[in-house]
Amino acid sequence: MNTPSALARTPLYDWHCANGGRMIDFAGWSMPVQYGSIMDEHNTTRSAVGITDISHMGRLRFEGPGAAVFLAELLTRRVADMALGQVRYSLVTNEAGGILDDVLVGYYHNSYGQPYYVLVVNASNRLKIVKWIQDHLSEERANKPGEEILFTDVTSLWAMFAIQGPMSVELLQPLVDEDLAMMKYYRGAQAQILHPRAQRQGGIVSRTGYTGEDGFELSVGATVATAVWEALLEQGKSLGVLPTGLGCRDTLRLEAGMPLYGHELSESINPIEAGLTFACHLVGYDFPGRDALLAIKDKPLSRVRIGLESTGRRVAREGAAILLNDQKIGEVTSGTFSPTLQRPIAMGYIGAEHAEVGREVLLDIRGRKESARIVELPFYSRQKKGK
Amino acid sequence: MTPEKLLYSKTHEWVHVETDAAGAKVATVGLSTFALKALTDLVFLDLPEVGTDVTAGSPFGEIESVKAVSDLNSPVDGQIVEVNTAVVDDLEGLADDPYGAGWLVKIKIADESGLAHLMDHAAYQKQCECEG
Repeated sequence: MNTPSALARTPLYDWHCANGGRMIDFAGWSMPVQYGSIMDEHNTTRSAVGITDISHMGRLRFEGPGAAVFLAELLTRRVADMALGQVRYSLVTNEAGGILDDVLVGYYHNSYGQPYYVLVVNASNRLKIVKWIQDHLSEERANKPGEEILFTDVTSLWAMFAIQGPMSVELLQPLVDEDLAMMKYYRGAQAQILHPRAQRQGGIVSRTGYTGEDGFELSVGATVATAVWEALLEQGKSLGVLPTGLGCRDTLRLEAGMPLYGHELSESINPIEAGLTFACHLVGYDFPGRDALLAIKDKPLSRVRIGLESTGRRVAREGAAILLNDQKIGEVTSGTFSPTLQRPIAMGYIGAEHAEVGREVLLDIRGRKESARIVELPFYSRQKKGK
Repeated sequence: MTPEKLLYSKTHEWVHVETDAAGAKVATVGLSTFALKALTDLVFLDLPEVGTDVTAGSPFGEIESVKAVSDLNSPVDGQIVEVNTAVVDDLEGLADDPYGAGWLVKIKIADESGLAHLMDHAAYQKQCECEG
């Protein structure tokens, strides 16, 4: 498809175009939705390993003695108690408790032993969050003696890859000097990239992902991104690695019951109804929206996020009405055909009083009603090794 | 069917017109390779029943892929006289042989003048190049 030149490009743009990437506009970035079949790319991630260019994700860096407290006063999750190498899922909320973004915050040391935090934000929200941070980071605060804060948007300097699937340790280990098998889930480290063309550069590797599979996310300098990407594909041939696009990233995260900003999350949805209470620490530092969330938490919920499985083959997509006894009780926020379950799945919001697992509902799919059932999230959980 | 000898709609349906035993014009309709390659990952095909009246440019069915659902639009005015029920259960067959075993419906044409709005293969190729 033709892509307007105004779209932002990741360091791998030329590689995607030269290797069959079907480029689409995703949040203002020209990104590959798929290279071949979404179903193949999905199944490869579940059974072997896939690598996805996620360099469109915003990366915001915070340094200085005041960084920890500043982030603690910005995010719904505790930050000040994070151990070195720890990663946490968190939200950024507005004063009303509405969700501005969902983010990962990681705490690392650079090669000189200086601590820093990296906030990974959604591409679609990056400029909004940068402005939100700037609005909360006065010059006076940033330069307060002994509590200085240095904030930098480093998105364009770093490429980021998702390396996801049961063979991800085997694929990535030869390229980094960290012992990946020992790395726990939601931990990470600044690592040395072990590749002749990586020019002795460092990167960040973390055991995180958005697929419901074991895997890692790797940040490397933009200038060596293509070399590292090609090395992963070359070394991973025997493992059956595939480059995977944003199409299967969506089907994988949906099966894993993970919300996507702009669908399950928005400024008019609060974390409690989104099922993300675990990501809100309401008794520590005061952050925008904390008081609102304390009030919301003690009231009955008006709506909740649910999972739906259909018995037919037609897929309920965003905006499809959820009906009970001919009354609309909610709306689908995203839906797809699940390659793993081989049936349509969807997430949506319905009135909390109706949210009973096992309940049969109807979905209005383009004017025709299809039956579906409320199910527990996630739709898919991987078998954990040795547990 | 030979793709070069077919007519095409703007929405990527191909059309092959024949005269039946009673002298009526019947259009066999399918989806082009270009369309199927763009869709990929087919999961569902919905075709109408025999006897359904169809209108040129309006949907007669839908085809769903992992990514999205698309209408199948009738290239002509007329009535459905035959439906390829086998292809509904064999979407891989549709993707593998869109001009043969993957035909979708046959429509008894009500008004032959509508065929003038369809493209020949060369014109359709040009459209695909622009979209590609």
